[in-house]
Amino acid sequence: MRFFGEPIEFEKQAGIGSPVWRGRADGGEALQSFAVAVHRADGRLAALWGGDERLRSGGFRLHCVFGVDAGHAWVSLDLPAENPVYPDLAGIFSAANRMQRATRDLVGIATDSGDQRPWLRHGAWPADWHPLRHDAGEGGNFPNAPSDYAFVQVGGEGAHEIPVGPIHAGIIEPGHFRFSVIGERLLRLEQRLGYQHKGVERLFIGKNIAEGARLAGRVSGDSTCAYAWAYAAAVESACGVSPPPRALLLRALMLERERVANHLGDLGALGNDAALAFGFSQFMRLKEDWLRLNGALFGHRFMMDRIVPGGTALDLEAPALSAIVEQCDIVGREVKQLKKIYDEHAGLQDRFLTTGAIDADLARELSLTGVAARATGMILDARAHRQGYTPPPPWAMLGVRPATDERGDVAARAAVRFAEIFESLRLLREIAVGLPDSAVCIEVPPLPGGCGLGVIEGWRGEVLAGVALDGEGRLARVHPHDPSWQAWPALEHAVMRDIVPDFPLINKSFNLSYSGADL
Amino acid sequence: MIPLIKRILRTGILSEPPPEAAPAEQREIARLQDDILRILGRALTIRQVDAGSCNGCELEIHALNNPYTNLEGYGIKFVASPRHADMLLVTGPVTKNMENALKVAYDCTPDPKLVVAVGDCGCTGGVFGASYASCGAVEQVIPVDVRVPGCPPTPVALLRGILAAVNR
Repeated sequence: MRFFGEPIEFEKQAGIGSPVWRGRADGGEALQSFAVAVHRADGRLAALWGGDERLRSGGFRLHCVFGVDAGHAWVSLDLPAENPVYPDLAGIFSAANRMQRATRDLVGIATDSGDQRPWLRHGAWPADWHPLRHDAGEGGNFPNAPSDYAFVQVGGEGAHEIPVGPIHAGIIEPGHFRFSVIGERLLRLEQRLGYQHKGVERLFIGKNIAEGARLAGRVSGDSTCAYAWAYAAAVESACGVSPPPRALLLRALMLERERVANHLGDLGALGNDAALAFGFSQFMRLKEDWLRLNGALFGHRFMMDRIVPGGTALDLEAPALSAIVEQCDIVGREVKQLKKIYDEHAGLQDRFLTTGAIDADLARELSLTGVAARATGMILDARAHRQGYTPPPPWAMLGVRPATDERGDVAARAAVRFAEIFESLRLLREIAVGLPDSAVCIEVPPLPGGCGLGVIEGWRGEVLAGVALDGEGRLARVHPHDPSWQAWPALEHAVMRDIVPDFPLINKSFNLSYSGADL
Repeated sequence: MIPLIKRILRTGILSEPPPEAAPAEQREIARLQDDILRILGRALTIRQVDAGSCNGCELEIHALNNPYTNLEGYGIKFVASPRHADMLLVTGPVTKNMENALKVAYDCTPDPKLVVAVGDCGCTGGVFGASYASCGAVEQVIPVDVRVPGCPPTPVALLRGILAAVNR
């Protein structure tokens, strides 16, 4: 089939996962033309990565995943071994900028124009060495020489810069923020990330499927269930197997528990950043109760390694399920009361309202997904029905109602989190009382040469995993993609009309992953 | 305001006694707390440095500040600058891109200072190990006094590690 009448033939990916269509562009122009068509149809760039295929097909390969109405269109473009260059897509989708630069740093395939600054390479390895090339060698012994970075400078009388990071003031991941300000007014924020780059994508290469699952669960610890599921879904599609129905619902149960835990923590932290310590202690108490039940039922407070290719690593018995239902009732009641207190607290609302606002047009332009996108009014949730899109099992039967808010500010992102907690509690109750009897895990025999894409609506946004197996059924390439790639630039926009002291609050309202995007 | 105060009263004080696993250990921790009082005059300041974690360890370090663990109740608090810190609580693996920043933070921390390496990755490099992008364990970059393994370590394990470092 074709999308938008563009000359790329697509075939639907096998399996019961998210609807994904795969196609191959004949050349850079075809890819560019397809990207323009997606953009015109209000679609988005979901992910972009590259791979070294010289041992298999004699060249390199660029992968672009586009979000379209029906699901995802995964377009590959073969590039020659010599001078692998493709057209810059950042002019069409600005989200491509950092992904393209990371792809050049890691694989050595570059855009023909546009921003050529390195992204993940800070000086720990030379510009002509690329860790994801098969002939790169170990490469551990380069001199580590931190390089200068060409930040965009803001001029004018009274304008000055505030550099922050990589080590921030709180208990938070590292990254560098360069603020250009006049007085306390923010004129511009430019982020330099990559400090968390620990070579995840290269570690995947050559691992077996089970070893890869463990690594996938550690791409971004706060989203371990989302990543484990996205990876498992990609592997299952690549190998042509489908997990049993009980396993799918148990995965959904874990994913929703992960969502609630993170939203509880964020709502507490948002109160804290607006000087309402009461909110922090109340929500952190609820979060701790929640994590303790995770520990008791799953043997791990964050449920790491409990979602595995083929299904889940454990089953839940009836007493565990009733404990979950009981906790949902308690937490639901308490959060409802806390929401009333937040809503009626003038000091808190004064900080939340109109702060860090972005609108739906900008969100679409930046290919934003998740909480931040829904807080601008976009109905975009991989779990939920929307015009032209049917979610995969088990979501279709659960009838997920996406939470949205039109305002686009800190208040909206808090409101979406509240609404999503209530919806997740409803889903958890439904899952807990309606689990079908079946096995929870099946064998996944590796299919040499198989490939697949997994898409999961994590608590932050859309988490993807692209997986390709080699001739022996080991991992040839895995690209885990965090929604933070698209959301970090949205934060740059969101702060622009605000003052420096509002930055921590705005930042927290997005709560983005550094590790997930630095890889 | 009234609902807020009612909620505070209804919630009460949730802070739990210090961690206990075995009676011997409990005595040990009681002794450690006496030591904190004696050595530090009930004030230990910690600068947390994420040198490359997956952010899982940070979730549990955050939990130290929840009302159950109530770290500040022990007189231990997190500070914004290494210059104000007695201890660095470092998660890893240490990425090559963070190697320099971690060294600078260590140099900025006044002597005598303590370093606690947190998590399997901070202790050994964990699933990420050492590579073109990672130096591996924290001790590959700065001297480490105490190691708290776990993926991630629980708040209780973290608290034990912090107390153990103080006792050195």
